[in-house]
Amino acid sequence: MPTAVEIENISKRYRIALAASRYRTLREALTDLAMAPIRRLRGSADSQVEDFWALRNISLQIQQGEVVGVIGSNGAGKSTLLKILSRITKPTIGRARLNGTVGSLLEVGTGFHPELTGRENVFLNGAILGIPRREIARKFDDIVDFAEVRQFLDTPVKRYSSGMYVRLAFAVAAHLEPEILLVDEVLAVGDGAFQRKCLRKMGDVAHQGHTIFFVSHNMGAITRLCNRGLWLEKGQVRAFGPVEDVVTQYLASSAVEGCEKIFDSSSEASPGSEYIRPLAVRVTNGDGSSRSAIDMRYSFNLELEYQVLKRAPDLRIGFTILAGDGTVILNTLDTDDPEVSRDPVPGRYRKRCTVPGNFLNTGHYFVSVGADFPMLRSHFLIQQVVSFRIEQTGGVGGHVADGRTGVVRMTLPWAVERLESRDRGKS
Amino acid sequence: MVTEIVPASGWQAINVRELWTFRELLYFFVWRDVKVRYKQTVLGIAWAVLQPALMMLVFTVFLGVLAKVPFANDPLFVYAGMLPWTFFAGAMTNAANSLVNSERLITKIYFPRLAVPMAAVGAAIVDFAIASLLLFLMLFLRGVPPTPQVLLVPMIFVLLTLAAAGVGTMLSALTVAYRDFRYIVPFLAQFWLFATPSAYTRLPTDASPWLRWSIVANPISGLVASFRAAVLGEPIPWNLLGSAAILAGLLFLAGCLYFRRIEDNFADIL
Repeated sequence: MPTAVEIENISKRYRIALAASRYRTLREALTDLAMAPIRRLRGSADSQVEDFWALRNISLQIQQGEVVGVIGSNGAGKSTLLKILSRITKPTIGRARLNGTVGSLLEVGTGFHPELTGRENVFLNGAILGIPRREIARKFDDIVDFAEVRQFLDTPVKRYSSGMYVRLAFAVAAHLEPEILLVDEVLAVGDGAFQRKCLRKMGDVAHQGHTIFFVSHNMGAITRLCNRGLWLEKGQVRAFGPVEDVVTQYLASSAVEGCEKIFDSSSEASPGSEYIRPLAVRVTNGDGSSRSAIDMRYSFNLELEYQVLKRAPDLRIGFTILAGDGTVILNTLDTDDPEVSRDPVPGRYRKRCTVPGNFLNTGHYFVSVGADFPMLRSHFLIQQVVSFRIEQTGGVGGHVADGRTGVVRMTLPWAVERLESRDRGKS
Repeated sequence: MVTEIVPASGWQAINVRELWTFRELLYFFVWRDVKVRYKQTVLGIAWAVLQPALMMLVFTVFLGVLAKVPFANDPLFVYAGMLPWTFFAGAMTNAANSLVNSERLITKIYFPRLAVPMAAVGAAIVDFAIASLLLFLMLFLRGVPPTPQVLLVPMIFVLLTLAAAGVGTMLSALTVAYRDFRYIVPFLAQFWLFATPSAYTRLPTDASPWLRWSIVANPISGLVASFRAAVLGEPIPWNLLGSAAILAGLLFLAGCLYFRRIEDNFADIL
């Protein structure tokens, strides 16, 4: 199988200004120029800038048709790698070769102009993505149907809801059919249903034998879509191989050790929106205390403490439980239980979901939590925020350590009945 | 199709083939700029004519009549000079700001970056085309017959475009690197107008050597004067046109080559 992507020793250095802003003014440049000979004579180093290596010695060979999931913590260099492969920025050292047409999706709606109508933006965005005009015209109806915005086609995009905007933007991008596709966490926008739709579409593209690089924090999506995993840490390749192995390694080593995570709601970077902010996420046992090891016989709770800032009648909260290799075990939503009250007034709340005992098998699990307005917008989605272990201390199978495989491990009812024996005569 | 990615190198040639591949994108950028500029305005595309027309009025009344600057009291004379001038100033200023305004695009998707300032110049060409309708009208009303010299107008316009593209492209690259240029450019445009007296008056034949040199050094002077001469059927200042043509070509090359040199760093600085 021909090599689709060859990456040879790619490194990328950024010069970080230690002093304030990134922009330079002429005055600074001129004074620097004037001071340069003096500085060199004195031998003093340039104390104004510092080298930051976003990527170091990345070398990879990707075969055609492979779907590579790129994972790693924030700042590991994932987006930088994609930017280099997309030719948006150049490597400092190293080279790469891409065999095939390249399409990159680093953001949805690149180039969308708020004053233009949906129809006009489809053509503009298509041109920006590199789709020839005739092809856009041919696929126009498919794009509009995928986005479900047909009646709003002739309204300026600035009047669209954020959900419509994202759907239209992704619809155009989804009809780009390059041989090599580079996708960077664009699926982080939109609500759950839309994300599933996008994943499905990307799955179709993968099945057609195209090569895909997919950067995401969503381990469920990564394991479902990809066959190879690339784990980047601090700009270097930490692991590259079959996706289950790489994801398992990543999750096992990641900073998600705790069964409890508290958010600093005062900081700017804390997740949430103007409607709701998460305050804490916990895994607790029956008496309410946080536990990272749960006895498999007993039920346990997933708790979210949050603050409602504005009345939000359609607010929906959900948890996802993932296995140690990133597979999604289940999604649970507060809308599943009609008894739980919704439409909260502003204030602090704690919502709890009870997972029954005698259900999950032993192992290491991760929890993701999110809140959204269904079909409209996501308020926050925090992947792998806490983790817990299910342990066997008795439970099904008795006291003897019983290595049963399987994701779930339940006590199921068995029954026996005696049937009439049939040995009367066998003629 | 194979793409090679290598580290940035110094001077790079203008990749004409790539620009041709992306020609549809260039067209879309121009189309978007023109459409957006006039959406939600009452006068719409009429603004393209109003700008040079109002300048013409101001100059005719205040410079020509009040200040008694020779020749500036004739509206047709002034407009024939204002039209190419407004094109140059508009193209240059819009091109200069185009890169910084397209920050989101440049950091998210790949396309030949030259397309951005070039599209700004393209949008200015559209404005010029509309504003020239007024010129035709004025010529017709005055009964000025078209002479064979009118055939030179396209060539002069191309030279003017090259000059505007060259200066605009260089300024756009400089503005990304040094944000001061955002403030320098409008001032530069104003200053340049006064340094181009042919926009609103005739160049004196008995000028001092100083004056003569400064006029030759400014290629726009020659181009505007030639444009007007060609349109009004007057003798073309060939010397001036010749030196202006060479300078315009050089400006274009210098602007594009400088742009290509620092192009690879745009996404990192923006």
